[in-house]
Amino acid sequence: MIELREATVVVDSPTGPVTLLEPTTLALGEHRIGVIGANGSGKSTLARLLNGLALPAAGRVLVDGLDVDSDGREVRRRVGFVFTHPDAQLVMPTPLEDVTLSLRRSVPDKAERKRRAREVLDAIGLSDRADVPVHSLSGGQKQLLALAGVLATEPEVVVADEPTTLLDLRNTRSVADRLFGLRQQLVLVTHDLDLARRCDRVLVVDAARVVFDGPADDAVAHYRALADADV
Amino acid sequence: MSELLGAYRPGTTLLHRMPVGPKLAVLAAWSILVVATRGPVASPAFAVVAVGVAVWSGLALRRTLRTMRGFLLLMVLVAAFQTWQRGPEVAVTVVSSLLALLLVGLAFTATTAVDDLLGTVERTTSPLRFVGVRPERIALAFALVLRALPAVLEVANQTRDAARARGLERSPRALLVPFAIRVVAHAYATGDALAARGLDD
Repeated sequence: MIELREATVVVDSPTGPVTLLEPTTLALGEHRIGVIGANGSGKSTLARLLNGLALPAAGRVLVDGLDVDSDGREVRRRVGFVFTHPDAQLVMPTPLEDVTLSLRRSVPDKAERKRRAREVLDAIGLSDRADVPVHSLSGGQKQLLALAGVLATEPEVVVADEPTTLLDLRNTRSVADRLFGLRQQLVLVTHDLDLARRCDRVLVVDAARVVFDGPADDAVAHYRALADADV
Repeated sequence: MSELLGAYRPGTTLLHRMPVGPKLAVLAAWSILVVATRGPVASPAFAVVAVGVAVWSGLALRRTLRTMRGFLLLMVLVAAFQTWQRGPEVAVTVVSSLLALLLVGLAFTATTAVDDLLGTVERTTSPLRFVGVRPERIALAFALVLRALPAVLEVANQTRDAARARGLERSPRALLVPFAIRVVAHAYATGDALAARGLDD
């Protein structure tokens, strides 16, 4: 269970403090949770709070009772994060080595580490690309590899911040199908309303606030109404 | 060059089968030798040996040279500058020494899986735990450098293309400022990615 208790994110800027997320209280327990909203609305900030990439200036964020601020290391073991740009996430020269890196702490034996990494790559459909240079992968394959690197650590929650934004239709489907097939809880930040509709619960973020929280169809309708009002 | 640096190529050559520790020691010794005994005769000889090692390690020489175009262009500029400032002998020494170091370095990365390298660096530096050093951090730094070099070169290429698209390819400001900003942004993004994978502490 993920809980936000009056969690607020503020950053300094040359013109003074800027609030990226107004005090927000949520309990996220559903299997698939969508987060939608305009660019710069605070969606990514909300997502980054969930595994401590952003820390609350006030309030608390708890994952299974662990505080992201004081128990950051343990929280990050439980909450995996997939970024929009996979290139920044992939730090090793080949897919096998990149997934192996994720396993270095949890699997001391080298041979076992490689075996497990190959297993993860096989499960995600990249076993035939295990030893090629990472840069030679397609955008969709890179995003799947980034997901594999996260899944290798066996997190309880996967937070994905616009993972399909840079992908074509086929790759979007491929990545989305993997994400929605996960046994783990999924928090998906997306601009793709079709994907949002596949979620059990959807949050609409606007101007640093969660302005709607409910069933997917209602949330999408609310978001459309917001966009229409701005035009 | 982004295709080369840090890219391991599985194989069965002696270099592939050689344990990482001794291979790293040979690389260090080679680097010291090339720098300490550089000269207009020795350095070209080292470069020839390095070409041999690169071929032996399984690097496809033609593709290697093709993807090293940027580096070779830089070498031409270095050679011209050195010839102008310090004479042709120094130019030959500098350029052939750099080639000798680069090619053997490429042979090392092409024949060494990063996971093996990390393990060796961790083991080698583990005695330093007593003075507060964390071997896994040093090992990760090794790996990040290997990955950072091609990534930075890729950013440089993208920045050059962006400047060219605006007709600003001759403007140092249009190249250097966005390049520096993007490299820093990439470093931040990589830091976030490592933190997200629990590799930051």
